[in-house]
Amino acid sequence: MTYPKPDFAEAAPVAAPATVPSPATASATAAAPVAPKIPGAAGLGRKAGAVAAAVLPPVLTLLVVMALWQGLCGDSYEGLPSPSRIWLESKELIVDPFYDRGGVDKGLFWHVLTSLKRVAFGFSISAVVGIGLGVLIGANRWAHRGLDPIFQVLRTVPPLAWLPISLAAFHEANPSALFVIFITSIWPIIINTAVGVRNIPEDYRNVARVLRLSPIEYFFKILLPSTTPYIFTGLRIGVGMSWLAIVASEMLLGGVGVGFFIWDQYNASRISDIVVALAWVGLTGFFLDRIVALLGRIVSRGNAAS
Amino acid sequence: MGKAYLSIENLGVTFGHGAAASEVLRGVELQVAKGEFVSIIGHSGCGKSTLLNVVAGLVPATTGAVILDREAVSAPGPERAVVFQNHSLLPWLSVRENVQLAVDKVFAGKKSAAERRDWTLHNLDLVKMTHAIDKRPSEISGGMKQRVGIARALAMQPKVLLLDEPFGALDALTRAHLQDSVMEIQASLNNTVLMVTHDVDEAVLLSDRIVMMTNGPRATIGQVRPIDLARPRDRLAVAEDAAYVHARAAVIEFLYARRAA
Repeated sequence: MTYPKPDFAEAAPVAAPATVPSPATASATAAAPVAPKIPGAAGLGRKAGAVAAAVLPPVLTLLVVMALWQGLCGDSYEGLPSPSRIWLESKELIVDPFYDRGGVDKGLFWHVLTSLKRVAFGFSISAVVGIGLGVLIGANRWAHRGLDPIFQVLRTVPPLAWLPISLAAFHEANPSALFVIFITSIWPIIINTAVGVRNIPEDYRNVARVLRLSPIEYFFKILLPSTTPYIFTGLRIGVGMSWLAIVASEMLLGGVGVGFFIWDQYNASRISDIVVALAWVGLTGFFLDRIVALLGRIVSRGNAAS
Repeated sequence: MGKAYLSIENLGVTFGHGAAASEVLRGVELQVAKGEFVSIIGHSGCGKSTLLNVVAGLVPATTGAVILDREAVSAPGPERAVVFQNHSLLPWLSVRENVQLAVDKVFAGKKSAAERRDWTLHNLDLVKMTHAIDKRPSEISGGMKQRVGIARALAMQPKVLLLDEPFGALDALTRAHLQDSVMEIQASLNNTVLMVTHDVDEAVLLSDRIVMMTNGPRATIGQVRPIDLARPRDRLAVAEDAAYVHARAAVIEFLYARRAA
């Protein structure tokens, strides 16, 4: 039974290699039974090696990029600031993300937190609505024929194009931002959920029919668990897109939030602060993605069909 | 045929409409007595799985009817439990939960929760799978999965057990083990069984009667051969038996003569 699976659905036994004694430790115990600490030390060394293999390349790459950047920008006060100048100009912003002097004069942590709250709210709504609509168009042929073409057109509309319409509809910044997040992140959720529902193996449906499961039992016992990996693929793409949308829409809407912060610093010509904010935006987006991926792995544990 | 338990009467199945219509089965007549083990054998594409699916209720009959215990079959149901070729266990449930799902659904309101739990274990014990009840389907072998699939079907206490090439995806040794298990279980529970297979030895060893299908399209029953071998049957002993050898030769002759035709 093979059908397309998102990459996080693999159920590989991760712990297996650790239990297999390597030739090195085996020979160490055989040759030197008086030194029982050697296998442990070798194991530790191997683990440290694995960590180094994962951490060193990106760190080295980062150093090389920084060095190039420093070399290209130098100490001139025109154009992009070099890393050393960013450190000089934005030291406070980097070392203390938690300060709060009232108004919009806050550390980056607070700006990011405000943006994250908006994303959490807008994204939750789009997850619920998106999964619901996805199930509908995945399960019902007529809903699919009626809605899918419209969705395919709407999903190509860029997030910011929705902003004027939502401002006109809601008159306020905050609900408009939420709406933009909602409308941006819902499409991949709908589409992936629908694909998941359409890909429920015929066998599972036959089992449900032989058991005479009611529609509600079918939904919870067959449809949802079978579709979970697809839903989480959609959620993962969706959360990334909503993070893209929030930064952009906050730039235009003002108030608190990391998007507004970037725009504000641009108007104040504090380019160094923008670079620091970009690093925050990137890292936050990365962690959002990882969190959803981890959730997906936990929820669909053992879901891999075989 | 008043005594027939399962009766397939003038059954025809056509897929599609108009010009694209393809007639798969035509005029299939078959009576199965209670406790009988009947195999359906034929070349691939002859519609033998379709026939089984009609009995299961998964595919509607275009003409004719299937009558089980004096009731016409119109939809799938647990009294006609199916063991699917590729086991069809739900991968997110453990072995126990897979069987429990069926037991809870079929015996809701008829057995207490404790009785349903015991019944699940009892059926897993029948197929000798109690050692792996908390494993997921991806953690057990193909033969074990098929055992669980059989336990799930048996746990529904079906009037007729439908086996759709249940051992087709297994290696020869595992297949032999499972065939022996099925014979043992059938002997003790006296189930009525309808099995689709393309393995001549399997059909002869397990069946009371072998139904041979002609080639499709418009396939029908070409010949029915009773297997007069005493039960319990031992695969080594019967291999030398004249009745076994004759039956085997007859089925092979039928299949090859039809293929040439």
